Amino acid sequence: MSPSPLSRRSWSALVAVAAVGALLTGCTSDPDPGVASGPTAELAGGEAAACRPGQVPKAISAAAVSKADTSGITLKLVTHDSFAVSDGIFDQFTKDTGIKVKLLSSGDAGTLVSQSILTAGKPVADVLFGIDTTFLCRGTRAGLFTPYAPAALKHVPNAYEQDGDHLVTPIDVGDVCLNYSKAAFPKPGAAPASLNDLTKKAYANDFVTENPETSSPGFAFLLATIAKYGEDGWQDYWKQLRSNGVKVVAGWEEAYEGSFGAGSGDRSIVTSYATSPVADVVYSDPARTVPAIGVVADACFRQVEFAGVLRGTEHPQAAAKLLDYLLSPRFQEDIPLNMFVEPVNDQAHVPAVFQANRTVVAHPLILSPAEIEAGRDGWTAKWTEIVLR
Amino acid sequence: MTRRVGTRPALAWLLVGAIPVLFLGVFFAYPVVSILGRGISDGSVLEVIRRRSTGRLLWFTVWQAVASTVLTLLAGLPAAWVVARVQVPGRRFLRALLIVPFVLPTLVVGAALQATFERFGLDDPDGGLRLQGTVWAILLAHVVFNVAVVVRIVGGYWALLDPRVEEAARVLGANRWRVAWEVLIPRLAPALWSAAGIVFLFCFTSFGVILTVGGPTHPTVETEIWRYATQRTDFTTAAALAILQLLTVVALLVMINRLERRTASGAVARRPVPARAVRSVRQALGVAAALLPALVLVVVPLGVLVERSLAVGGGHGFGNYRGLGTSGANGLFVSPLAAVRNSLAYAAVATALAVLVGGLASVVVVHAGRRSGRGLHLALMIPLGTSAVTLGFGMLIALDSPPLDLRTSRIIVPIAQALVGIPFVVRSLVPSLRAVDPRQREAAAVLGASPTRARREVDLPIAARSLLVGAAFSFAISLGEFGATSFLTRPDAPTVPVAMFRLLGQPGAVLRGQAMALGTLLAGLTAVSVLVIERLRPKDALGW
Repeated sequence: MSPSPLSRRSWSALVAVAAVGALLTGCTSDPDPGVASGPTAELAGGEAAACRPGQVPKAISAAAVSKADTSGITLKLVTHDSFAVSDGIFDQFTKDTGIKVKLLSSGDAGTLVSQSILTAGKPVADVLFGIDTTFLCRGTRAGLFTPYAPAALKHVPNAYEQDGDHLVTPIDVGDVCLNYSKAAFPKPGAAPASLNDLTKKAYANDFVTENPETSSPGFAFLLATIAKYGEDGWQDYWKQLRSNGVKVVAGWEEAYEGSFGAGSGDRSIVTSYATSPVADVVYSDPARTVPAIGVVADACFRQVEFAGVLRGTEHPQAAAKLLDYLLSPRFQEDIPLNMFVEPVNDQAHVPAVFQANRTVVAHPLILSPAEIEAGRDGWTAKWTEIVLR
Repeated sequence: MTRRVGTRPALAWLLVGAIPVLFLGVFFAYPVVSILGRGISDGSVLEVIRRRSTGRLLWFTVWQAVASTVLTLLAGLPAAWVVARVQVPGRRFLRALLIVPFVLPTLVVGAALQATFERFGLDDPDGGLRLQGTVWAILLAHVVFNVAVVVRIVGGYWALLDPRVEEAARVLGANRWRVAWEVLIPRLAPALWSAAGIVFLFCFTSFGVILTVGGPTHPTVETEIWRYATQRTDFTTAAALAILQLLTVVALLVMINRLERRTASGAVARRPVPARAVRSVRQALGVAAALLPALVLVVVPLGVLVERSLAVGGGHGFGNYRGLGTSGANGLFVSPLAAVRNSLAYAAVATALAVLVGGLASVVVVHAGRRSGRGLHLALMIPLGTSAVTLGFGMLIALDSPPLDLRTSRIIVPIAQALVGIPFVVRSLVPSLRAVDPRQREAAAVLGASPTRARREVDLPIAARSLLVGAAFSFAISLGEFGATSFLTRPDAPTVPVAMFRLLGQPGAVLRGQAMALGTLLAGLTAVSVLVIERLRPKDALGW
């Protein structure tokens, strides 16, 4: 038990570590986000090609799927942590096919995709649900999926299919929109009606949105402004938003439930979803039939969510059957009140409360997966510089 | 620690040491090396490290952690004194209460703090006193989280110090401050460094607080690792930052380890010195003043949490709690109460693992050869300073083939939680094992006890108490652990923090209220489990 003083040698070792650290860091400038990969270069012609894997695996054939005996198989379905379904939704599927379904989750949508890329070819699960328009290109390019085209795709509008190889199947679609508190804008015409309105003095310090670097709706809203104002105009728009007092928080929860206070907070306009009024009514307490929040239908970015068979699965036919089920009316009709997005299958009936309170967005803002993937890092870096620095 | 070691005992030491080394090697080092290797092979790590922004990022991360640690020590020391020395009513309850924020998911405490800022007008965008989104908010939140570490570790050690030394100094004419500075602080030093080390690691790798309370303008190494790895799928940048994080953590651990060892001196009592009753009004005021900072920091956010859990519609009631028993239409696949069962089960397994591995490791750290003992001590701390993403992703790519195909197994959750719990067991155990006065053992030997018996009779009572402290910490930490768990848990078996996160991630006042109710339940559960573990302590152990 000899109390040895911190020896000179160990101090110098620490100093050396610090010195090496100082030497390593701070020597080079950062890559200029402005010149980082823009979308324009890769767009023309090669757009779809930019998202294809080096080699597209052989598709799972419908004939093989219908012939396959799948009883006794347990499939793993990996999703993001916003995935929600009714209790026992897979019971009918198990009854029909003999396949049991085990759920896995792995954080938010970005984490789901990154984790799948990390384990590409040796997947944790058999089927993935929850890759959306904004991440699709990254996932397909990394070779995550084995192609399969469910027969029910004929009931799905073509616009929702966003890869040419059937690597993934569209399952649901949602619009990220501006929401506002009806209580804060009681007079007719007082609520904002467009993206442009947010830069007006009347809405100074009213708007809260999510950081596109850390939030999926936050990124979708950035894409909305890029789709609306173009590569030349979006940066100016955000400069104006900033001088008009936009508040940026990390995620949807902090924005919607925190600052916006679900319609009663200190901020009266928020980036959320076209279906937020539905949730507002369904979960209202005390119960009410008219939502307390409104939707700006002019400024919505459309996101489609997909599912796909993960390359490397031991049970491709069973996995294909699960895709069929995800696209069947039974599952599709379960989606609206659990995940508050729209089913893609036009044979599916939407519950009345959903029907009554959702906002139908006639002209959503759209960017293709390839455009998004090519522009993403440059846009978010530039955005950070404009809005946060 | 000079002792001759024969062949048989050497073999025994080897076996004792093998378990912690294997555990750490398979479940920590191997996954982390795998994921870092993946990042390195993808691109140039050096280029990332040399970026100017990386330097700024590291600098900010370090200084906010250092500042948070200093503030936490300042806020916690007076309370540690009360816990160690004064017979206040409800002392056990007090200790249990203080630890609650430490184990609550950061998301919840962050949200509670945010609400507190709003309530007290600290969220005003037009100047005035604005806290939300500032570095001060981060520091404050870190103090709230970690003040219990100081109270427990320092308070526990303090109780083992004989107060007569300070009293003697007073009698010899030294004033109060001089006694504190020249006598007390040096005697407390090992515990101070120990606590500072843990608080620093938590602040250095803090994630939820930085994102929620600090807002988007204060990224740290930890949040950037997460962002690059999960949102950008840029494993090279993430690996580069993770390597920097690891190097910094190791460098600081080495330093703190040395400081802690250098200052370990003097005898501590075998049993805590009995606390004294408050005799005068002046003394009572002093005790109140000492408790005030820690209590206010902990009670206010907890109060907001409880208040929110009771908010139903326009008024207050227990509706949110009644909703916890039902499943369906909540985005979970089970009822929120099932999450409580999961959490308890996982935490129990994790604590058992942590006590086993950490206990064996502590013995090795104290009694094995100096070099290997120190190495192990250090290595066991590193998981605390490693980001959850690094570990979570590492486990995914490393543990993917038999016999270790654990990626989708349930055991992976308590294993990850144990990695966080082990350092607490070791940190609690090692200082008191080290500080066992060798003369006590010698005295036992002189009185005819065999070395084994001397160890059993002298070391064990001291060790048992510290082990319980560590176990309590480990259990509470496992209950609230979110980072690694969120990567590894299954949706049909969520833990309480994961369930809360999912409830909060959905729109609707009802689910939010349920999340707050669940948070309150978790807080109560933590307090109760800590109280229970404290009850298990030997009767004659009056406190630590």
